Amino acid sequence: MTRAGAAGVLVLVALCGASLATGVADLSAGGAESVDTLLISRLPRTLAVVLVGAGLAVAGLVMQTLARNRFVDPGIAGTEQSAALGILLATLLWPAAPLPATMLAATLAALAGSGVFLALAQRLPPTEPHLMPLFGLIYGGVITAGVTFVAWHMDLLQYLDIWLNGDFSGVLRGRYELLWAIAAMVGLAWWLADALTIASLGREVGTGLGLDYDRMLRLGLLIVAMVSALTVVVVGLIPFVGLIVPNLVSRLRGDNLRGTLPWVALGGAALTLACDVLGRVLRYPYEIPVGTTLGVVGAAGFLALLARELRHG
Amino acid sequence: MIEIEGVSFAHRGTPVLRDVTVSLPKGGLTALIGPNGAGKSTLLSLVARLQPLQSGRIAVDGMPVDRTPGRLLARSLTIMRQDTGPVGRLTVRELVGFGRFPHSRGRQTAEDHRHIDASLERFDLGDLAARGLDTLSGGQRQRAFVAMAFCQGTDYLLLDEPLNNLDPMYGRQMMRHLRDVVDGGQRTVVIVLHDINYAAAYADRILAMKDGRILADGTPAEVLTPDRLEALFGYRMEVREFEGRVHVLHHGP
Ligand SMILES: Nc1ncnc2c1ncn2[C@@H]1O[C@H](COP(=O)(O)OP(=O)(O)OP(=O)(O)O)[C@@H](O)[C@H]1O
Ligand SMILES: [Mg+2]
Repeated sequence: MTRAGAAGVLVLVALCGASLATGVADLSAGGAESVDTLLISRLPRTLAVVLVGAGLAVAGLVMQTLARNRFVDPGIAGTEQSAALGILLATLLWPAAPLPATMLAATLAALAGSGVFLALAQRLPPTEPHLMPLFGLIYGGVITAGVTFVAWHMDLLQYLDIWLNGDFSGVLRGRYELLWAIAAMVGLAWWLADALTIASLGREVGTGLGLDYDRMLRLGLLIVAMVSALTVVVVGLIPFVGLIVPNLVSRLRGDNLRGTLPWVALGGAALTLACDVLGRVLRYPYEIPVGTTLGVVGAAGFLALLARELRHG
Repeated sequence: MIEIEGVSFAHRGTPVLRDVTVSLPKGGLTALIGPNGAGKSTLLSLVARLQPLQSGRIAVDGMPVDRTPGRLLARSLTIMRQDTGPVGRLTVRELVGFGRFPHSRGRQTAEDHRHIDASLERFDLGDLAARGLDTLSGGQRQRAFVAMAFCQGTDYLLLDEPLNNLDPMYGRQMMRHLRDVVDGGQRTVVIVLHDINYAAAYADRILAMKDGRILADGTPAEVLTPDRLEALFGYRMEVREFEGRVHVLHHGP
């Protein structure tokens, strides 16, 4: 591993340590109770944050590659919102639905939501790259409005906040294990890394190099939709990770996914962990949900990115 | 052999190719010339299955392009498009390396690296190998894309205006490299050129296209006559013979 890589891993390990050490219960007393707190609450929470952060950043990277636009991610362009819509519909049609059924509904809705987004986004003029995030924001906003309307109509508004505002405070042993599927999706992205980079050169170049572009598109959408659905089902919508991290990594290390994907995963995990720990210490002993801290940090970062890109033409 | 049979193509009802039939045997350097909008790029993109065929048939070494797995075709035929489009933050070496994708699917072997090094060397890109494509001049970028096509190591190379942006030295060098690979083996090059004199100097065969049809097909001396050139481009050019090659003087007042 390179020195930069070692430093990155070290930062992540330090953040994991901070996450394990932060919380209302005091672990310094030691004993069986502390071990229980650690194993039942802190460790699952830390693992969940790492999985979700890495997964969302990679999903963002995949989405940007497929859309050939740096300013979209599953959190702002409607994928996570569609997943929430799927959960809502599942809850309405089958109130006692087991988790796998909810998960399936969320995944299908996320697939449809991101598929429609990509199909519509392809009609935007490639000479106006900044139209796509605007379109994405509106598209995501429309879906959120639909979700809110249905929830309000059906008297389910109290759940809405759970789905639309990501929060790791409810993560306990036995309630997050589904998130390990995100690791499989990150693995799939890694396996496809070269093909994805070639897809970023466009359909024609890809086809010329023997890439089955449509298959690539389907697999990429599967990654984006699965990660989004898992995230929303287990912890709720988390914005901006998929946007900020791939952009930063691209600036520092280029766009060859074979080389950058580990950095994107690591960066996503580190950013989400940092924001989660921050949310836990800012108003101690109360918590600010990670969706909120990331919303603030991410929005600022997103604006900075847009401003930079506009200035540089 | 590339066999094109009865190919017609239309963009939203506007005909672009009209019943084109031509076959290109293996080996040889064929230049495709003709005015803007003649259908040259469309014809190449159909051969390289970048657009679906609307009518007619195209086969490369007997493989019908619309029914052969893309990966298989990518090992015998490569295309460099006229418009290379935007690329992200990739280095020259990374881009050229993607030419090996049909062979290695990304897991590059020692042989792949040899091909990449040879391609970089051939197009004088050694010093630029680690540079980002977004930091290159137009001609350097163009050479990187041609080097990628070369690196694919296919029997057939379709190059759509590869001389764009190149200075005279690199233009000549590129044509000589193409001549080399054609003379050195059974490789076949089809190249779209706007500078007729490059076609005159380096091509074995010239296909002249206009309005979606092939207007003339033959050796440079056969195709490059004042009458044919006038029919193609709409004005009279002088044609001279010099040291056994025809030269077209088309810059006159
Ligand atoms: N996507 C498209 N939509 C509509 N018409 C198109 C499209 N692409 C090409 N055409 C039309 O098809 C015709 C042939 O285009 P083509 O690109 O094949 O020409 P060409 O011979 O390569 O010209 P040039 O020398 O300018 O590159 C032109 O009239 C062009 O306007
Ligand atoms: Mg053309």
